Amino acid sequence: MLKIQNLNVYYDAIHALTDINIEVKEGEIVTLIGANGAGKTSTLRAISGLVPAKSGTITFEDKKLNGYPAYKIPYLGISHVPEGRRIFSNLTVMENLQMGAYCRKDDAGIKKDFEMVYARFPRLKERMKQRGGTLSGGEQQMLAMGRALMARPKILLLDEPSMGLAPIIVQEIFHIIKEINGSGTTILLVEQNANMALSIANRAYVIETGNIVLEGKASDLLQDDSVKQAYLGG
Amino acid sequence: MSLIEFLQQLINGVSLGSVYALIALGYTMVYGIIGLINFAHCDIYMVGAYIGFFVATYARLPFIPALLIAMLGSALLGVVIERVAYKPLRRTTNINLLITAIGVSLLLENGFNAMFGGNPRTYPGDILKQQTVMFGPIRSDALHLIILGISLLLLVLLNLFVNHTKMGRAMRATSLDKDAAALMGINVNTTISMTFAIGSALAGAAGMLVAILYSSLDPYMGMMPGIKSFVAAVLGGIGLIPGAFVGGIILGVVETFMAAINSKIAGAVAFVILIVILIIKPTGLLGKAVKEKV
Ligand SMILES: Nc1ncnc2c1ncn2[C@@H]1O[C@H](COP(=O)(O)OP(=O)(O)O)[C@@H](O)[C@H]1O
Ligand SMILES: [Mg+2]
Repeated sequence: MLKIQNLNVYYDAIHALTDINIEVKEGEIVTLIGANGAGKTSTLRAISGLVPAKSGTITFEDKKLNGYPAYKIPYLGISHVPEGRRIFSNLTVMENLQMGAYCRKDDAGIKKDFEMVYARFPRLKERMKQRGGTLSGGEQQMLAMGRALMARPKILLLDEPSMGLAPIIVQEIFHIIKEINGSGTTILLVEQNANMALSIANRAYVIETGNIVLEGKASDLLQDDSVKQAYLGG
Repeated sequence: MSLIEFLQQLINGVSLGSVYALIALGYTMVYGIIGLINFAHCDIYMVGAYIGFFVATYARLPFIPALLIAMLGSALLGVVIERVAYKPLRRTTNINLLITAIGVSLLLENGFNAMFGGNPRTYPGDILKQQTVMFGPIRSDALHLIILGISLLLLVLLNLFVNHTKMGRAMRATSLDKDAAALMGINVNTTISMTFAIGSALAGAAGMLVAILYSSLDPYMGMMPGIKSFVAAVLGGIGLIPGAFVGGIILGVVETFMAAINSKIAGAVAFVILIVILIIKPTGLLGKAVKEKV
């Protein structure tokens, strides 16, 4: 479904991604794990057109995404929940969700998806009229995910959804990610929390300083000694 | 001052304030979306007055069509200025943008001076009839009321647009976070152009209204109202649309009353208010702590 081949990304002189290869098949949860600064966010931003690829190709359903401006990407069925959530703090919860559906015109479908998102995140429904910025961290993460779902994506890109959240909330969020996948949305999940990510993913890639150093079934990586040592606390 | 005089002055003050609000909105919307104090904004106001003047004088168009054309022309000018002068610099430092804006401002003022001369001109006398209107004992003139009415109408329309349409929401989202807006499918460049168009149209309308009210227009007419409206925008909290409205009305009312008491100091009042407010509340009346861009 999504295929990244020999992708290189630079920030001026900084070589952030080196010959990255990643594939996500329809229906999967694929996770990309790695330490801070490894290049996880850059990978997702390259898919979404927020940073240009210096070389290599990104294809989605046989369409080459290179050179697409960022604002055209969601129309293809790719939704990106960015690092740090990036909800619109001055807009209400409902307006944030409406923004998520900006790329759609089917009013009836949008209305149904409001109900779907509110059912999945009941706390968002309670806070419908509140400004996004007044929500707690966990609620903001839910809003960011709900906003992305309002685009009715084929694939959801999630950038560190566990960041800064209490363990109990992280559990809840990961449970929801699994549910979203269960109802047919493919997921590419970027995480520093390797343990949680590997426990829900089908396959995984490990990235270190811009290079993919390991890939395989998530269950295998959970048992891998080098992964245990580096990412699972020994 | 008697109560009747007070009410008369209040009407005039709110009327003047609504014009400041129209101009202040452009400053605040542009600041909100690209973090620029658009120094050329007050000259778009001047150009709006000229466009209205030309179509009213030479094409003999009546008030409403002339106003619409002035707004359209100003909107176009605002969009062109953004595309040609500001957009190429968007990724550089803010100081570059600011200097460019000052350059565009000087270009417009001196360009108009060179093309049309510095002598003040006046709209045809019959564009709006001077007429006294009485509300019981309160005397007001039709011009002030028309200006107030049109300004309020435009402000209400803007408010509806910004708060209750998809495009308006996209505009607010873009001013909060451009990358996140792009991830929603919003074309950020188009949204920025639209912001310039709307802000400039409002300024052009204000320019024409003031040129009729004071029966005078010249290439430098934007300078004082520009500064005062900028003060109004900062007073209310720069980047905030309701702030521009509140700031404009306060400034217009205070200035009108000061002028009735002592016309010599009225002009300075705007700045005294600004300094006092900024000492008490640095983010403006409606402002919360925001990150400073310029
Ligand atoms: N906007 C930027 N400008 C310059 N360097 C950047 C920028 N964003 C990221 N980098 C650098 O690129 C590398 C990868 O960063 P990033 O993709 O954010 O990693 P991760 O998401 O895994 O923490 C890091 O060395 C980081 O410092
Ligand atoms: Mg990151």
